[in-house]
Amino acid sequence: MSIPDDLQYTKSHEWVRAEDGTVTIGITDHAQEELGDVVFVELPDVGVTIGTGDSFGTVESVKAVSDLYTPVGGEVVEVNSSLEDAPEKINDDPYGEGWIVKLSTSEEADLLSPEEYEKVVEEES
Amino acid sequence: MGELEHTPLYEEHKALGARLVDFAGYEMPVQYEGIKAEHDAVRNHAGLFDVSHMGEAVFRGPDAEAAVQRLVTRDVGRLDVGQAGYCAVCYEDGGTVDDVIVYRREDDFLIVVNASNREKDLDHFRNNTEDLDVEIADESDDWALLALQGPEAEKLLQDLTDTDLSALKPFRFAEGELEGVAAIISRTGYTGEDGFEIYLSPEGAPRVWRRLIDLGVSPAGLGARDTLRLEAGMCLYGNELDAETTPLEAGIGFAVHLDKEPHFIGQRALLIEDTQGLRKKLVGFEMEGRGIARHGYHVTSGAEVVGEVTSGTKSPTLDQAIGLAFVDPGVDDWFEILIRSNPVPAKAVPLPFYKRERG
Repeated sequence: MSIPDDLQYTKSHEWVRAEDGTVTIGITDHAQEELGDVVFVELPDVGVTIGTGDSFGTVESVKAVSDLYTPVGGEVVEVNSSLEDAPEKINDDPYGEGWIVKLSTSEEADLLSPEEYEKVVEEES
Repeated sequence: MGELEHTPLYEEHKALGARLVDFAGYEMPVQYEGIKAEHDAVRNHAGLFDVSHMGEAVFRGPDAEAAVQRLVTRDVGRLDVGQAGYCAVCYEDGGTVDDVIVYRREDDFLIVVNASNREKDLDHFRNNTEDLDVEIADESDDWALLALQGPEAEKLLQDLTDTDLSALKPFRFAEGELEGVAAIISRTGYTGEDGFEIYLSPEGAPRVWRRLIDLGVSPAGLGARDTLRLEAGMCLYGNELDAETTPLEAGIGFAVHLDKEPHFIGQRALLIEDTQGLRKKLVGFEMEGRGIARHGYHVTSGAEVVGEVTSGTKSPTLDQAIGLAFVDPGVDDWFEILIRSNPVPAKAVPLPFYKRERG
């Protein structure tokens, strides 16, 4: 299981990359492993504003539906629409081509460091 | 929660790196490599399932046949020795206790029941046959059960046995040996493919399991079992069947002999429903819009709720979101599925979704 050093995390297994007023969000390697084969992704519309802690979409595997939550509020500036035809990118490359959404934000989020997130995963298993 | 039970193949699953989940009180493999890969292996080659959690009840004694006749919807008097039949077990009001397979053997009947219904079924069987001279034994712990399914199943299994498998027609079974282990080999399954269900002693089962895995068969978990049966349009107790649903409503009327004599429990209620019309009907559907229907989602037509989804998934074989739903009898072939408050268009399609080409 990989937990890159240069990202921040949430207890609900999203990763966050913050740069210059935008955040990119995806789900972690642990989350995609737990879900299994991802077959469907529901994305928000660009331009929509999402509040901190809100659900902004879903990721579905063959068996399970999993809601996506944002740890920071903001406006959706870009979505990874390639996931609509190739949701398996979330399994294959969760931190790269499997990114899900970009928000513009001025909020400071309360996020987990890689070390803290590793503890969350260990406690769950 | 109590201690989970383990099947005789538990150590094999751990060694293969399976993801294990609680299913009907057993710690069972839901997947090994991944549901889609296992699903495809069964459709194109062969997959091996451990379904030892299923229950086995054996009916013995002078009134064994009379007892089975009373309990199941199929006329088992028409079964030959060596033949099996899929049937429902009903309450007096026609609601379904379970769906089962009855095996007619030389001296007794073996009824295979769903794991989650085992205790309920045994109580139902015994409570309704107290006046008969029959012994009903719960042999669930005496049997391991493997399902070898897929187009290559016969060729692979023939390597392990002297029993001529090519002579074994669907829903026929033979008592023989596999790898020197006594076995009942049954040409049945729950995937829509050709294949076998194999009843073995718990001690002998791991040897047969390992041999088949060594021959290149993919281990397959409960996740793939569910997507395979759904594509094949087969019912799952708890989803399509329950105490509030009759077998006629669930579309398994082929397993019900309404003209049967002696009568079975629930026959009168089913005859009345057959005459008066079904209260609800099971339909297969494909999603026309984006989204996957899941168990419990509402079926709508305009503003009105007209049904409920019983099973739904993205079909790996068809690459299409599919599902089963109970709808009001008058509903036409176009409706919507309410997915997270959004009505998404769907259309009814004939079942099964997938039918294998027979060689």
